[in-house]
Amino acid sequence: MQTYYSDLLVIGAGLAGERVAVEAAQEGFDVICLSIVPARRSHSSAAQGGMQAALGNCAKGEGDNVDVHFGDTVRGSDWGCDQEVARLFADAAPIEMRRLAHWGVPWNRVVPGKSFYFKGGEKFEKEEKEEKRGLITARSFGGTAKWRTCYTSDGTGHAVMCTMDNRCAELGINVFDRKEAISLIHDGDTCTGAVVRCLRTGELEVYLSKATSICTGGFGRIYKATTNAVICDGGGHILAHDTGVVPIGNPEAIQFHPTGIVPTDILVTEGCRGDGGTLLDVNEERFMNIYEPEKAELASRDVVARWMTHHMREGKGVKSAYGEHLWLDIRHLGDKHISTKLREVDEICHHFLNVDPRKQLIPVRPTQHYTMAGVRTNKDGAVYGLKGLFSAGEAACWDMHGFNRLGGNSLAETVVAGGIIGTKIVEFLKGYETDFKTSLVAEAVRKEQDRIEKLRSGANGKENVYKVREEMQDALMEGCFVFRNDAGLNKCIETLQGTLDKARKVSLVSDGLGANHELAAALKIEGQVKLGLCIAKAALERTESRGSHNREDYTARDDQKWLNRTLAYWRDGADMPELQYEEATPGYEIPPGDRGYGGGSIIEADKAEIEAKMFKK
Amino acid sequence: MSRQLEFDIFRYNPQDKGSVPHMQTFVLDETENMTLFIALNRLREEQDPGLIFDFCCRAGICGACAMVVNGKPRLACQTKTVDLPEQITLLPLPVYQLIGDLSVDTGSWFREMYQTTESWVHTNKTFDPGAIEERMENEVAEQIYELERCIECGCCVAACGTARLRDDFLGAASLNRVARFVVDPRDQRTDRDYFEIIGNDEGIFGCMGLLGCEDVCPKSLPLQNQLGFLRRKMGITAIKEIFRK
Ligand SMILES: Cc1cc2nc3c(=O)[nH]c(=O)nc-3n(C[C@H](O)[C@H](O)[C@H](O)COP(=O)(O)OP(=O)(O)OC[C@H]3O[C@@H](n4cnc5c(N)ncnc54)[C@H](O)[C@@H]3O)c2cc1C
Ligand code: SF4
Ligand code: SF4
Ligand code: FES
Repeated sequence: MQTYYSDLLVIGAGLAGERVAVEAAQEGFDVICLSIVPARRSHSSAAQGGMQAALGNCAKGEGDNVDVHFGDTVRGSDWGCDQEVARLFADAAPIEMRRLAHWGVPWNRVVPGKSFYFKGGEKFEKEEKEEKRGLITARSFGGTAKWRTCYTSDGTGHAVMCTMDNRCAELGINVFDRKEAISLIHDGDTCTGAVVRCLRTGELEVYLSKATSICTGGFGRIYKATTNAVICDGGGHILAHDTGVVPIGNPEAIQFHPTGIVPTDILVTEGCRGDGGTLLDVNEERFMNIYEPEKAELASRDVVARWMTHHMREGKGVKSAYGEHLWLDIRHLGDKHISTKLREVDEICHHFLNVDPRKQLIPVRPTQHYTMAGVRTNKDGAVYGLKGLFSAGEAACWDMHGFNRLGGNSLAETVVAGGIIGTKIVEFLKGYETDFKTSLVAEAVRKEQDRIEKLRSGANGKENVYKVREEMQDALMEGCFVFRNDAGLNKCIETLQGTLDKARKVSLVSDGLGANHELAAALKIEGQVKLGLCIAKAALERTESRGSHNREDYTARDDQKWLNRTLAYWRDGADMPELQYEEATPGYEIPPGDRGYGGGSIIEADKAEIEAKMFKK
Repeated sequence: MSRQLEFDIFRYNPQDKGSVPHMQTFVLDETENMTLFIALNRLREEQDPGLIFDFCCRAGICGACAMVVNGKPRLACQTKTVDLPEQITLLPLPVYQLIGDLSVDTGSWFREMYQTTESWVHTNKTFDPGAIEERMENEVAEQIYELERCIECGCCVAACGTARLRDDFLGAASLNRVARFVVDPRDQRTDRDYFEIIGNDEGIFGCMGLLGCEDVCPKSLPLQNQLGFLRRKMGITAIKEIFRK
């Protein structure tokens, strides 16, 4: 058995993982990063829009500062976030963007002079100042008071990912690809590394480390319809959750996007609706104007996704080989607009659908997009329950997003949190010593070998992993999607309990040798179903609507009862998660109030209680 | 509309002692808007769970899924079956080490390339967290980004005659990578420094200029222009080198 030692083991080499790694390597620590795919293929590289930081360089960003960014983030979270963390984030974001520029990111820059921009299909003029020439510029994004989203043309994630990976190469960090962590090595108190399956040979390997960081991104793939890459399947969450002592924070907080294309759920930009595109049903009739007479298609992400789902439930969806969908119509925007302003959409339609959006309709449906849920950490990124274990990026519930993250805040989170948490890991490593107990390692490896052997030999049963996975995905789409209600959630839980039973009886059809995919899927299916049950159970208990968590039977945001965060534990041998709660934030800079969009009423918290918890500045 | 598609797929699992390289035929009913991503996943889930291939983003942005489709290297996720005949032949990319069936090890190849080309900004300036950013003309930023769009799919290398003949040839993706740093004003390397890396037959002088690379690049990178640009620059540097001696 190959064994590797390092000071820091980073599981996941997306932006968050590599940023953490860089921080520790710069301080002279020995770091190993693991990734299922070559680092640059991580999902971070798919983000096109950009990342938020209050630089205030461009004309429409004038007057922006870290306080405004902080406020937008807290309001966006529907007061579900940790305000201390949101503050750390907003303050550090501008420095981090400049650091990226120093490392090589080709940010778009301010070009002085007059130019036009569009808002809601209308044309406006703006003028950039000469004195700002060449500074990092920004574009507009939903939910922000100022233009604050830094970008590189249409490939921000890609460009930043390239630069970060180059920085890792420069520092000589070992980034090993085609390596999948399948369990943590721990004694219930301290984490000392991971058992890893090599996806080239199928062999198991051991990675021992003083500190371990989970940076494995989101887990959208437990839903059938998701914009996430196929590797965003919760592997990292499962490692942590399986220990029995680490909770998943806010599992019910999952974000949905209105317009993923059917069949593959690739995202088409909100810009389509922003510029005047409309949504049509099976009769090719508009419907958003019925539900939201004022804003129609331009209502916020969660609102549009909700009405689309409602309309399909009313039987107005279009049936297809891949399930029901609706239509997005941008035909009337004309050739010129489509081939210039919406070029990316034009290309997606062409490459993946064979559709000419000038003449044909685009099949779309609401789609899972982001997990605010994640491995719960404190503000230093230290994971609850295990010493030596950290987490950053989409995998973590650090928690600056609460119940809804704003566009552009997640890519920014990866590098800002990566930097902050990297520094905290360095502090932790300095002077820290740990023991690698050989018996513990041997036991962890034996357990995995045993698991693999049983899957190969069919000792547990004869369930097919792909069928089980489909059952889980369908159950979540049905009961835990855009809308939640008591009956749906109870049914979902009931189904998933049956699915969990089947997941425990999976065996392989193939031989499982080498880079076998069926084995990879089988090793995580039980953990995935458990994550699904955490979402459903937490959503059932939370009898209110907050951010992306929308209860049809409890439409108000209830600050009296629910100004808190769910912690879902899975104890050894249990069949259901154990839910605990903690306060959403240690204190308030901004007291709970109206978000300013999305509608809904608020059951207010006790004023005196909030007042007592205001941070004194 | 439904056609029956016949997939002839290369099979070989180096980790299975009993495995020998061969072609295997699968049959699948075509569905609307089917891509090779959908087709291959269906084959794996419904017919042969042992089938090995790579996808990640499934949206044409990560470069994981390059393979040879009916003779041409391309991204499988953005290949629609309607654009192909009923008979579809799938082979792994040549040049790279085979992992199994349609999957090859582009990761190791590109990581080695980062080290040879020293794929990072070389500067002696240190970052000052208290200062505002250094200015850059937007045009320059866009020019750098245009060359940084490479998704490391490996298609260009797989289509390159020179790369197939000699495995030490750097290939279009690597030369493009060097060009990216040449145009970046933050990188303080001189032409002579670059000459050390690519001024030889493994580098720019090994390229036969046959265009195979640019034709297959799914991101339509201007590989020919970059190769020409570097060849001229390195040619001049070579002459200067001769006179220095
Ligand atoms: C289509 C789309 C567009 C987006 N656009 C934007 C945007 O414009 N702005 C914005 O702010 N956000 C955007 N987001 C969100 C943002 O891209 C992600 O939240 C962010 O990139 C996550 O980064 P990460 O480093 O946490 O994880 P990832 O980049 O997902 O990296 C995860 C890493 O973990 C590895 N890994 C996973 N499991 C294991 C395991 N078991 N063992 C070893 N390694 C493992 C993977 O190989 C990978 O290297 C978008 C998301 C999507 C889906
Ligand atoms: S032009 Fe050069 S790099 Fe491109 S395919 Fe031909 S020999 Fe290879
Ligand atoms: S240059 Fe083009 S073909 Fe070559 S690896 Fe990059 S994206 Fe692929
Ligand atoms: S899967 Fe990412 S490019 Fe095809």
